[in-house]
Amino acid sequence: MSAAETRTDVPAISAEDITVTIAGRQILAGVGLTLNDGELVALIGPNGAGKSTLLAALTGDQDVSGGSILLRGRPLEQWRLRERARTRAVLLQDNAVFFPFPVRDVVEMGRAPWQRTGRETEDDAVVDEAMRVTEITHLASRRVPSLSGGERARTAFARILAQETGVLLLDEPTAALDLKHQEDVLGLAADRARAGDAVIVVLHDLNLAAAYADRILLMDAGRVVAEGAPSSVLTPERIEQVYHQAVDILPHPDDGTPVIVPRRGRPAHHAERPGTHTASPDAIPTPNESEKRP
Amino acid sequence: MSHGADTVTPVPERGTRTRAGIVTAVLVVALAAMILVSAGTGQLHIPPGEVFGSVMHRIGLDIGPVPAHANGESALWNIRFPRVAMAVVIGAALAVAGLLMQAIFGNPLAEPGVVGVSSGAALGAAATIVFGWGFLGEWTIALVAFASGLAATLVVYVMSRSGGRTEIVTLVLTGIAVNAFTGAGLALMTFLGDQQAREQIVFWQLGSLNGSRWEQLGVIVPPIVAALVVAVVLARRLDLLSLGEKSARHLGVNVELLRIVVIVVTALLVGCAVAFAGTIAFVGLVVPHLLRMLIGPAHRPLAVTSVLGGALLLVTADLIARTAVPMADLPIGMLTSLVGGPFFFWLLRRARRTSGGWA
Repeated sequence: MSAAETRTDVPAISAEDITVTIAGRQILAGVGLTLNDGELVALIGPNGAGKSTLLAALTGDQDVSGGSILLRGRPLEQWRLRERARTRAVLLQDNAVFFPFPVRDVVEMGRAPWQRTGRETEDDAVVDEAMRVTEITHLASRRVPSLSGGERARTAFARILAQETGVLLLDEPTAALDLKHQEDVLGLAADRARAGDAVIVVLHDLNLAAAYADRILLMDAGRVVAEGAPSSVLTPERIEQVYHQAVDILPHPDDGTPVIVPRRGRPAHHAERPGTHTASPDAIPTPNESEKRP
Repeated sequence: MSHGADTVTPVPERGTRTRAGIVTAVLVVALAAMILVSAGTGQLHIPPGEVFGSVMHRIGLDIGPVPAHANGESALWNIRFPRVAMAVVIGAALAVAGLLMQAIFGNPLAEPGVVGVSSGAALGAAATIVFGWGFLGEWTIALVAFASGLAATLVVYVMSRSGGRTEIVTLVLTGIAVNAFTGAGLALMTFLGDQQAREQIVFWQLGSLNGSRWEQLGVIVPPIVAALVVAVVLARRLDLLSLGEKSARHLGVNVELLRIVVIVVTALLVGCAVAFAGTIAFVGLVVPHLLRMLIGPAHRPLAVTSVLGGALLLVTADLIARTAVPMADLPIGMLTSLVGGPFFFWLLRRARRTSGGWA
């Protein structure tokens, strides 16, 4: 895999003291972050906390007013674009395609950075595999505008996988997806991390973050307010403080993964009878399904 | 891509590619036939076989019959061929200019005529006539048309884009504004010019290939060929641009540089096309659109087939312009607008229906 070639002692991404000010308003106030090979880091936080701005700063899409961002130890702006595209892939929230390209063509676009290199010969196999794991093989000849939101999101994700980089930056990859495909996409991202890649994901769903992240960065008002393993970051007090929403956090009976359930006009249970909460018809999807996957 | 026998889903891919090959072959044959027919048609009729023979003998091959009529050879080489060649070159230039504009605007309705680039270039050409500029000889008019076309392209581009693409309503409104301004400029030139300049400006606005000369081709062919080559080379990067500017950059495309190069190339194509033939609208809209429906949106095959399709369309339109009304030479720009206008309207209606609004 790509990770084996690019792996070094240098962190995939290290950012220090990033400040972003847009129209006089400070969106990020001195954020630091290190992303190492082999880990999946989730960026979480309420709307407007600065998650997407932080990710945009890390990708280079957002100019920073202060701080430094290193990709593999080298300042972002010193990278040649082509070289950078072979090192890290970025999945944006907006995955519209302006012209009616067939799905396979879009996935093949992920191979563009490897054009005229030795790895060009692998193009077909890599694209096939990316389409297989994202379950869009049957859509190969469909035109992108005719796809559903979820199919389009998976096409974009397949394109990122086909790029074969050791570093992945994903901005809300699960936003348009149903329960199964949310699990699939994060499962694939976690697989990549286990294979040695460095993955950072912006997520809204706390349960997904709890289930898949090795490390969570909780952001609020342009700062990182907590960082660490899911079980240490996700405490009821902290979540209520940041999200202004009371929650119960229950350990999953199988493996103790934290399950976050908003408290909906009921007194606190503090995890004594987890079964009673899942009965709520509009409960936040729990990662139960994924725990049983191989 | 050709060794796809053992891969899972090579079928759609190969289907599109085969179709592009077939379309290319059909266009080549149709264009060659149309050139022979068009060159032979006129007051002095020369059968296609003799036209072919004349070309073959010119390049030193003893194939086919030479024109039987005494003046046939001269009519072909002094009047008909320069005109047909002009139609080929300008048709190709306009079709590819349309394709390039659509790629950087992220909008299939962008076209040099619609957004005012053609009339911008025409304004420069008209000013050259009225003020009698000749600082660069035969090249002056092409150069000034290129410069004012470039200015118009930049204005439209800067004013109408947001978030990496252009909404239809913004594009059309910007086109109205630019066309209003250049229209006023052309009116001013008409007012300032003498009788002869006025006639020339009117001729410009209507668009015509009448009176094309080899010397004019000598001026516009080199830059147009260079621009077409650049367009084909940039094609794959233009594909990536359809993912949006940010995603294209994350795939290694230098988007800023690409944009500048494409804008200059577009202005060059339009400037050269307008310089000696005036404004011929909608070629850049109709040709890429029909081809996209046939072979899909990938820019490399589209660029190649647009060259052929644009040439075929304009050679055909010119033949109709010369022969539809006996003893009259209709303005070709009027003809293309006559067909292209309703086509544009149909596209607008369709775009409105599919996107649920004017977005």
